[in-house]
Amino acid sequence: MIRILAALFANGITLVTRLITAVQGRWIGCGPAPAQRIYYANHVSHGDIVLIWTVLAPALRKMTRPVAGADYWLKGRLRRFIATDVFRAVLIDRERSQPGRSPLAAMAKAVDEGASLIVFPEGTRNMTDAPLLPFKGGIYHLARRKPDVELVPVWIANLNRVLPKGEIVPIPLLCSVTFGTPLKLQTNETRADFVARARAELLSLAPDTPRAAEPNR
Amino acid sequence: MTATEQILAVFGGVAVILVIATIVGRVLRYRRRAESPSPVIENLNARINAWWAMVALVGLAFLFGKTGAILLFALLSFAALREFITLTHTRRGDHWALFAAFFVVLPVQYALIADAWYGLYSVFIPVYAFLLLPIVSSLRGDPQHFLERVAEVQWGLMICVFCLSHVPALLTLDIPGYEGRNLLLIAFLVMVVQISDVLQYVWGKLLGRHKIAPTLSPSKTVEGFVGGVLSATALGAGLWWITPFNPWQASLLALAITVMGFLGGLVMSAIKRDRGVKDWGWMIEGHGGVLDRLDSVIFAAPIFFHLVRYWWTP
Repeated sequence: MIRILAALFANGITLVTRLITAVQGRWIGCGPAPAQRIYYANHVSHGDIVLIWTVLAPALRKMTRPVAGADYWLKGRLRRFIATDVFRAVLIDRERSQPGRSPLAAMAKAVDEGASLIVFPEGTRNMTDAPLLPFKGGIYHLARRKPDVELVPVWIANLNRVLPKGEIVPIPLLCSVTFGTPLKLQTNETRADFVARARAELLSLAPDTPRAAEPNR
Repeated sequence: MTATEQILAVFGGVAVILVIATIVGRVLRYRRRAESPSPVIENLNARINAWWAMVALVGLAFLFGKTGAILLFALLSFAALREFITLTHTRRGDHWALFAAFFVVLPVQYALIADAWYGLYSVFIPVYAFLLLPIVSSLRGDPQHFLERVAEVQWGLMICVFCLSHVPALLTLDIPGYEGRNLLLIAFLVMVVQISDVLQYVWGKLLGRHKIAPTLSPSKTVEGFVGGVLSATALGAGLWWITPFNPWQASLLALAITVMGFLGGLVMSAIKRDRGVKDWGWMIEGHGGVLDRLDSVIFAAPIFFHLVRYWWTP
């Protein structure tokens, strides 16, 4: 019963997403192959997960689990249902309120089970005017623990205009999700070097917008 | 012939053209089977396939008569406005104005057309939306690029909603002796303008030498323009039997709308050039966005509407 409801919900969410954003997946650096991967993306909205989810083909969707903050997604029954049953999210304790339940361990466990992940290395939604916040180190630790799994940069464009911070209703605009060239941790690459390289790869996928640099209140 | 028979004849004619186009496209592809696929031929085939889908969509809408046609163009306006606003520089301060543009102005405009309220649908966007949306934006208190932002939203509404809504507005015209046939006016306008686009492309590909506006649109040539407009005008004259016009009237109207269509394509190309994109969107395989396909219809529709209204309605 829950399964059927979750499937209906998933279809409903992707349909609404397409109606509002006509989202297009652009596989420029790799193909939509059903390989185990860690997709890492810029984070501007709670809709980011939905947008990536929508452009993944059903076979890829089935094996991909978004990583999301338990503090947000466990509030309220609907959110809990969407996070756990629809997206089968790996919920992590960002505040580390309980020792021994490290976010990294939860992600590593999901990867061990064969899942692909969607992660947001900025750690929180980008509410600033900068295109991308500094990365947290988790992506390096994941890459070190799972050296065979490709890390794919994913740039989400325009979703912040569909639903700017603080607004409650979306406006329809075209969005795109661009998949870049996969990267792997190189031998002897330091944490700082790898994180900087991963961030630069992601940033290189951002389209040039002359106005992007201007402050947008 | 009754109106229904004429509509069937028109769709039958379009189907014959598409069958021929499909065969030509597949033969061209087959002849190159030994070499690597040509992007032009692949795009041609994608375009022809999309044409089948578009004709089927219009046919489906026509099955539901007036309601179907109004609903179809309302949805096209929605898709077009979505593409247009994506390329503008609106800011967070425009959020409510944009929301109103999509979910209030657009539906109201088409409701007024369903209601055949000419006095209001012809001023609703240029007067009321024009004044009210900047007010909504100004209330958010962000002056940066204000004039540019409100002008872009206003122009988007004029192009994507106001002008495009003049296609189904043809249904509201009472032409003596033409009662119950107004869907065929839509068929005439859309077919002549789209055939003109196609023939400009074909003539341009076959004979095109002299670029007509190299800084705006590298694919438009003098040969394509002249050949396309003349042959589409002749075709329009040949379609006089589905219209309230006689053959020479049909040819003059066809000339007017094909020239407007060409110029509309030029204007919309200038916007795309400035924003650094090749296509408005990606909804129609091989063609680009909805606006890439409708730019010429958008510029032709209000002119056609008013010419017909002035000379053919009492």
